[in-house]
Amino acid sequence: MAASTRGEGVRALVWLAPWIIGIAVFFVYPLASTVYFSFHRYDLFTLEFVGLDNWRYALSDTRLGRSALNTLWLVVFMVPAQLLFALGVAQLLTKLKSGGGILRTIFYLPSLVPMVAGTVAFVYLLNPATGPVNQLLALVGITGPDWFGSAAWAKPSLTLLALWGAGNTVMIFLAALLDVPKHLYEAAAIDGAGAWRQFRSITLPVISPVLMFSAVTGVIYAVQYFTQAMIASRVASGATDSAGTTFTPGYPDGALLTLPQHLFHTGFRDWSMGLACVYALMLFAVSMVFTLVLLRQFGRAEAAS
Amino acid sequence: MRRRRGLVWIAQHAIAIALALMFLGPIVFIALTALMTDEQALTSRLWPDQWNWDNFAEVFARSELLTWTANTFLYASLATVFMLASSIPAAYALSRFRFRGGKVAFLVVISAMMLPPQVVAVPIYLVWARLGLTDSLWPLILPMLFGDAFSIFLLRQFLITIPRDYTDAARVDGCSDVRILFTVILPMARPAIAAVALFSFFYCWNDYYGPLLYAGVDQEGWTLSLGLATFKAFHSVQWNLTMAATLLVTAPVIVVFLFAQKVFIEGVTLTGVKG
Repeated sequence: MAASTRGEGVRALVWLAPWIIGIAVFFVYPLASTVYFSFHRYDLFTLEFVGLDNWRYALSDTRLGRSALNTLWLVVFMVPAQLLFALGVAQLLTKLKSGGGILRTIFYLPSLVPMVAGTVAFVYLLNPATGPVNQLLALVGITGPDWFGSAAWAKPSLTLLALWGAGNTVMIFLAALLDVPKHLYEAAAIDGAGAWRQFRSITLPVISPVLMFSAVTGVIYAVQYFTQAMIASRVASGATDSAGTTFTPGYPDGALLTLPQHLFHTGFRDWSMGLACVYALMLFAVSMVFTLVLLRQFGRAEAAS
Repeated sequence: MRRRRGLVWIAQHAIAIALALMFLGPIVFIALTALMTDEQALTSRLWPDQWNWDNFAEVFARSELLTWTANTFLYASLATVFMLASSIPAAYALSRFRFRGGKVAFLVVISAMMLPPQVVAVPIYLVWARLGLTDSLWPLILPMLFGDAFSIFLLRQFLITIPRDYTDAARVDGCSDVRILFTVILPMARPAIAAVALFSFFYCWNDYYGPLLYAGVDQEGWTLSLGLATFKAFHSVQWNLTMAATLLVTAPVIVVFLFAQKVFIEGVTLTGVKG
């Protein structure tokens, strides 16, 4: 047995070799290099050691604070909203006796719309001048907000976009809900448990690993949130951002400037790559916290199997 | 009791229909606006007075849409083929071989999957710049030769559900690993492989961050996402053409989905399953 295990070890190494090279080149090396650059000033041409200057500058950068708060907002409001909404829709789908199939398709479809297309479309749908949403609201006598044009409503507008695209999560929750053994509900019903009680005492405990997984991955994606915020800013403000043009990200008023965007602009538009590496390490630290939560969960699951 | 159940039935279906309308609404309004005349797109009337199908032709005439589609297709298909070639063997090794470090390797896969791409962007960009490959999509395609963490993760999760007895039996018969992979594993793993391939293709098709970083300023080298993102500012102040372009970019994805719905749904549920 020991010999065969050692043999399998060598074979595994051979089979994993390309991936191991990939991890070294695209994960370990750049991470170490990011630490190195964070102590240097670098603009693609001159490299100069500056000690902790980048770090000091970062701590006094008001846009960093702003972008970190925006990213935090997404984690605290957008992710839970999306999870609760998806759980509600999935729960509803399990209750329906008819029409479930077509509804499932309808709820899933928007999550396939390319991110850029979906965001451009939402900026149009929610634009205050000719957008259908505010016109429909006007029909019932409500004056709609300025959505992507107002600092207060920009992030809630993105949350609406996230709910529209929650079909993926709905399908995951639906599969988990359908996996809950029926006889548990029957037994609970005999004991006189109501719908809410059944949900709390049976459904939640059984699907909690799936919920947990979705919550953690949701948070990690929120930490990386980039495309939708950037496109919304750009389309709503009418500006372009191809390399070489100037564009202040985060319109309106920095409300949509997320941490990854700030990093991107610092590194690849202002070409302050050392400073960008400081932001990168901060982003890494945040995402690592949640990755560790996930790793613990997987570690436990592996040990159990 | 019966009456109450009837009311619940009505309430549930009413909510479901309302939700369905909210999910479909955006698509309907995009389509309606895409068919308006330039003048009407500036007004607040929601239903087209006159169906202006020429808008789609106009989008092709005013932008490099065909070039962008070709670039996007090349990027997505090459990346997907490379991903499969590199990720299937890795997932096979992680699911079949018992070796020291196997668990650690799996945890590294998860960590790599969760790493925000922006964290390591600067050093990787510098490497590609030194190789002279920036201003192209190659920096997004070539890394796929070394395995993609998300795909390895998903494939591995599927492959561990294949009982070891199957592969052990083949091994007793004297089959090599390569042969086992092709004759035993691949046929059984087809749904997972199809799902991973579709996800990879769609990820590339939708990718904005990657091309934004590497595709450069020349519109000839752009992808659909990049083109669409600047469409309104460059080509049209009216919404009708922008919505027509949005629809054109979205349509292929929807068509593929309608044909491969089962693969998608199965794949999605696979991603939600833990350990």
